[in-house]
Amino acid sequence: MRLLLIHAIMAAFLTYFAFQHAITGGMPYTAISATLLFAAVMFILWLSTYFYRRTYFHKLPKLLYFILFFIKELLVANLKIAYDIITPHFRIQPTVMAYPLTAKTDLEISLLANLLGLTPGTLSIDVSEDRSTLFVHTLYLKHGDVQHLKQHIKNGYERRILELTA
Amino acid sequence: METSIDWELVREIISCVFILAGACFMLIASIGLLRFPDFYIRMSAITKGSTLGLGLILMGMAIYFNQPGVLLKVLAIITFTYVTAPVAAHVIGRTAVQNGIAFWGKTNLEEFKGYLMKHRLERHTNQDRYTEEVPPAMMEKDGGAGDAAGKV
Repeated sequence: MRLLLIHAIMAAFLTYFAFQHAITGGMPYTAISATLLFAAVMFILWLSTYFYRRTYFHKLPKLLYFILFFIKELLVANLKIAYDIITPHFRIQPTVMAYPLTAKTDLEISLLANLLGLTPGTLSIDVSEDRSTLFVHTLYLKHGDVQHLKQHIKNGYERRILELTA
Repeated sequence: METSIDWELVREIISCVFILAGACFMLIASIGLLRFPDFYIRMSAITKGSTLGLGLILMGMAIYFNQPGVLLKVLAIITFTYVTAPVAAHVIGRTAVQNGIAFWGKTNLEEFKGYLMKHRLERHTNQDRYTEEVPPAMMEKDGGAGDAAGKV
């Protein structure tokens, strides 16, 4: 996490420096070219971590994949809710479920609760005092099956979060 | 090369699409705020709609201006909004539960009963019809129960 921040700041400064001193050779100073240059610098820095920080080397692709997955889930969430809103009948079956947490630390639990706030039909309500269950308000259940959704959360979100924070 | 592409126009069209989509999502979320039957469903509809809408509108702006500074600021705003919006939703939802705001009649509360019993909130749940007007006498009682639960 800290390494990612350091790398991002380094890459940003390098990009800025390159444009200031016209090292890029007549490349226009626009968002697209700056993003490409930034990505290239980040890629080289990421390759270099293979020699001194192997965990980071393995985690960064997972992080990127996780961000893409999150954007996809966010779009799906919005389209589902939008479909329900603009058609006359609700297809929702609201349920409050007790989701058994595997995540233990504060960071993991708050990340998971945050994520559930933005993904299809779910809203985290509360964590039990012994931190073993998360109460989640959900709107969409496949065939009224709570276990199915729990499995989906466990394999979809929680596993990825645990992989990233481990 | 007979025809050269007018990149400015392309950028403008893409940013238009982004901004329109964002505005549409926000509009639909606001309609949902009126249409949905209970507080919790409204809450989950409005957080998703407004965060995605805001993100799309800001991205459209960044694409339109096409400057690294603007893009950086936009990405910072998007990151912070996406981190904080669900926190706000969670806190508001939790406060609503603690204050005994009723769930929609069709809500399945089986796994939530233990929690409600523990916090002495069981009589607020699963009313047949979601009503916003609570008789004043009942409201006082609710407030008392909420305070007691808060202390525990």
